[in-house]
Amino acid sequence: MHELSIVSSIVDSVTTTLEAYPGAQVKEVRLRIGALASVVEDSLQFCYGIATDGTPLEGSKLVVKILPVVMHCERCAQDIEIASLQSFRCPRCDEPVSDLRQGRELEIESIEIDEVEEKV
Amino acid sequence: MTTRIVELRQGILKKNDELARGLRGRYEAAGVLVLNLVSSPGTGKTAFLERTLRDLRERGAKVAALVGDLETDNDARRLAASGAPVRQINTHGICHLEAEMVAKHLDGWELADLDYLFIENVGNLVCPSSYDLGERIRVALLSVTEGEDKPLKYPTLFNSADAAILTKMDIAEPCGFDRATALKNMNEIRPGIRIFETSAKTGAGMTEWLAYLAQEKSRRP
Repeated sequence: MHELSIVSSIVDSVTTTLEAYPGAQVKEVRLRIGALASVVEDSLQFCYGIATDGTPLEGSKLVVKILPVVMHCERCAQDIEIASLQSFRCPRCDEPVSDLRQGRELEIESIEIDEVEEKV
Repeated sequence: MTTRIVELRQGILKKNDELARGLRGRYEAAGVLVLNLVSSPGTGKTAFLERTLRDLRERGAKVAALVGDLETDNDARRLAASGAPVRQINTHGICHLEAEMVAKHLDGWELADLDYLFIENVGNLVCPSSYDLGERIRVALLSVTEGEDKPLKYPTLFNSADAAILTKMDIAEPCGFDRATALKNMNEIRPGIRIFETSAKTGAGMTEWLAYLAQEKSRRP
């Protein structure tokens, strides 16, 4: 259960980014999370409401995109997607695969904000 | 009002990752091999580490350890009996160690005087896998009392390990431990992982483990 620490890091990063956009309202925060990142989306969403309370992110929506695990299969000489986390084998040739190419991402992709028009 | 998308493309644990990168550089410059030990509570990380520290010291190696727990310094006191410098990190509720906690507790230690530094993480099979501590080798431990399917249940942790230790092998038989299945499961999750079958009590498997440490130590990253 480290989702609360993760969400706190998100609040810190976004708050820092917002310094360049004074008065802006955050509408959405978009994450890219790898399927092997040991993060549960439901817990993230639950913690998000609590951790953003009273911050510039309050009321914003958290959008989580889960990235599948991609490994490189040497025998097939290509990147392949692993469907089950209980077996790290190439779905094409059944060779064990240990070269991870995607799946541990824990990343803020972008934020959507409403900017205040500058007064002339 | 204008709506704008601001691209961040930023690691959520960027701060930890940057600190860990700095630590890794320090470890490499000092020539100390750093290992991060992760497992469930009760697997026997401390007993295994006690034995490792003692055996390494007997062979003349310079070793130190950091040990993470939510509360108490019981483990640090146990490990310090080996004669090695040991420091306790109390996380006060946090379920894993972070690079910042490690950096803080290294203060005053001359890393260049060490051959090996062991970091015993908080007993937890989930959260420690997300936090890089700058270690070169992540070691996942599994005891014979836990069930052979642990690697399948916690793939995120076992898949990020560089080596695995089976602990309490001296009681494998009365526990009905299915060795072949445990080894197979570890290999399903982390193909080709080095596995050491050990007992801190009898010393079984320690020769192979110490040889692996020496080999990794001499292999420059």
